[in-house]
Amino acid sequence: MRSLARRIGEYIWEIPPTAKEGMLVPARIYATEKLFRDMDEAVFEQITNVATLPGIVKYALCMPDGHSGYGFPIGGVAAMDVTQGGVISPGGIGFDINCGMRLVLTNLTVEEVRPHLKTLVDRLYERVPAGVGCTGFVKISRQEFRRVVEEGARWCIRQGYGWEEDLELTEEGGCIAGADASKISDKAVDRGYNQIGTLGSGNHYLEIQQAHILDPELAGRFGITIPNQVVVMFHCGSRGFGHQVATDYLQVFLRVMQSKYGITIRDRELACAPFDSPEGQDYFAAMKCGINMSFANRQVILHRIREVFSSVFGRSAEDLGMHMVYDVAHNTAKLERHVVDGQERTLLVHRKGATRAFGPGLEGLPARYRELGQPVIIGGSMETGSYLLVGVPAGAQTFFTTAHGSGRTMSRTRARKQWRGQQLQRELESRGIYVRSVSWSGLAEEAGGAYKNIDDVVEATELAGISKRVVRFTPLGNVKG
Amino acid sequence: MPFAFLDDVAIADLAFEAWGETLEETFVAAAEAVLCAMVEDPQSVRPQVRRPLRLRHEALDLLLFTFLQELIYYKDAEQLLLRVPQVRLGTADGVHTLEAEACGERLDPSRHQLRVDVKAVTLHRFSLAQTPSGWKACVVLDV
Repeated sequence: MRSLARRIGEYIWEIPPTAKEGMLVPARIYATEKLFRDMDEAVFEQITNVATLPGIVKYALCMPDGHSGYGFPIGGVAAMDVTQGGVISPGGIGFDINCGMRLVLTNLTVEEVRPHLKTLVDRLYERVPAGVGCTGFVKISRQEFRRVVEEGARWCIRQGYGWEEDLELTEEGGCIAGADASKISDKAVDRGYNQIGTLGSGNHYLEIQQAHILDPELAGRFGITIPNQVVVMFHCGSRGFGHQVATDYLQVFLRVMQSKYGITIRDRELACAPFDSPEGQDYFAAMKCGINMSFANRQVILHRIREVFSSVFGRSAEDLGMHMVYDVAHNTAKLERHVVDGQERTLLVHRKGATRAFGPGLEGLPARYRELGQPVIIGGSMETGSYLLVGVPAGAQTFFTTAHGSGRTMSRTRARKQWRGQQLQRELESRGIYVRSVSWSGLAEEAGGAYKNIDDVVEATELAGISKRVVRFTPLGNVKG
Repeated sequence: MPFAFLDDVAIADLAFEAWGETLEETFVAAAEAVLCAMVEDPQSVRPQVRRPLRLRHEALDLLLFTFLQELIYYKDAEQLLLRVPQVRLGTADGVHTLEAEACGERLDPSRHQLRVDVKAVTLHRFSLAQTPSGWKACVVLDV
C-alpha cells in the first residue's frame, strides 16, 4: 500500500481512493521523507481502511508520528459529516479515552531544582501512583464517581483539588458538555471509581523538564520567560473506566453495525454506528464521561504535583508560579465546525493519538490564548525531550490537528529484548536524568531508541504548516508508570 | 507455557499467540499470557481468592474475547491478578458457554514484579482458529 502513495507536497503523501476497494476519500500522510520511509507498513493498511468509513470527509489523515495501532493507526484523524450518515467508531478514539498531556509552569530554574531533584522525583513517585491496577487517594462511592464523570475537572475544583483558572486552561473547560452517566455500565464504574489521581503505565509518565525557548514572544505569552525555567509535564488518561466504556460499546457496535445499519468494515476494531443512531448517541454520551474522567484524573495529579513542590521548597504553589499552560486531549471524537471547500460544516472529528491544534481566533480557545492559537503539548520519549507548539491558521488542512508525541518505531516485545530497565536507569542518571519506575521491563519498553526522533516529528508538523514550535523541553527527572 | 509474545505485530501494543491441543487448553494459555503481560513471574501469584466465571457468547472467538476481558476487569475493579487452571466449554441453545474458577490474589508490588497495565483486549487481528495440531489464538492487547 505504501508504494501506491504519491508525494503531493514536500511533506504530504497521498494514497488515492482507487488503491483499495471501498475507499471513499484519499488517505493523506504528513511526514518528511525519512519519517514516511520509516513508518511500518500496517500504517498504510490502517489509514486506507479508515478511508472506507461512512461519512468521512476530504481525507483520512495520518500525522508525522503515525505508527500502527488497532483499527485506526496511532496518529489517525477522520472527520465525519454527521448529517450525511457519518459514523462514530470507538476504534477511532482508542480504549484510553482522552489520554492527554498537561503542562505546568514553575518559576524555578534548573540551578534551583537540581539539588532537590531526587527528593522531588521520589516524592512524586510516592504521591502519584503508577503501574498495573494502581489506585488513588480520592476515596469516593460509585455513585459519587458517576458525578465525577459528568462534571470532570469541575468536580475536582469543588473538592479543593486545584485552582479555578485550571479549568479555563483545559480543553472544554475541563468538562465536556453532554456526558451522561446513565450510558455507562456498572463494570466501567467498578474499574474507575478508585483510580482518580493515578498515572497508569505503558507510555504514561510524569516529567520534570528544563525549558529551551525557541520563540521568545510566544513562549512569554505562555508563561515561559526565565532562562533554564523548570516545568512539569505529564501524560495519562481515563484509566480502567475509559477502557471499559470503549470495550462495552465496541461490542454493542459489533452487534448492530451490519445487521441493523448494513455497514461492513475491513477490521473489526473499526466497529462503528451512525452518529445519529441510538447506539451512536449512547456511545457519544458515554465516551464524554471518559473524557471527563481523564480531565479529573489529570486535575488531581496536578494537585499532588503542587503539593509535592510546595513541601519540598517550603513555599506555596502560588508562590512557585505553578500555573497550568494547558491540557490537551489525544484520544477523542468531538463535534466541531470546520470550513470544507468554502462551506462551514459540523463534523465529528476523530483524533486517535493526535492533538487538536486550533489556530488563532477559533472558538473554544481560552480568552488569553485566542489571538495566539492553541498551545499543543508534545511528549517525547523520556530520553529525547518534548515540545510546546502552537496551532496555526494553515492547520485548517488537517481539521486543526497535529502530532501527539514521538511515535514508536519498535514493538514493546522487541524493545524488552534490546534494553534492560536497570541499565537504562543508570545510563540516564549518568546524563543527569533521574528516573523512577514501577516496572523495569516497562522502563525498557519506553527506551528512547524505541521511538522516532521527536525533533523530526515536530519539524515535519511545522514544515507542513499544521503547527509551530515554541519551546523545547529536556528531561531532568521522570516518574514512569 | 504454550504462548508467545510476538515481536512485530503491534508496534504500540502487545501481541501474543496462544495455542493448545484443545480449545480449553488454548483458553487457559491465553489467560496466562494476559497475566504474563502484567507480571514477570506468574508463579508469584498465589491462589488465595477465587472468582467464578460464567460467560456466554454466540461467537466462539468472542467468548474468548469476553473471557480475557473479564480478567482485565478484575485487575482494576478488585486489583486481582488471576490465573485460570482450567475452563469448561460447552454449548446451550446454540450459544457457546464457559465456566471456570479463576484464582489468584490482590496485586502487591512488593511481591509481584509488575510489567505493564493491560487496558483492553482489542479485536485487531483477533482470531481463534483450528490448526493441524489443535487450536491457536492471536490477540493484540492495548497497553
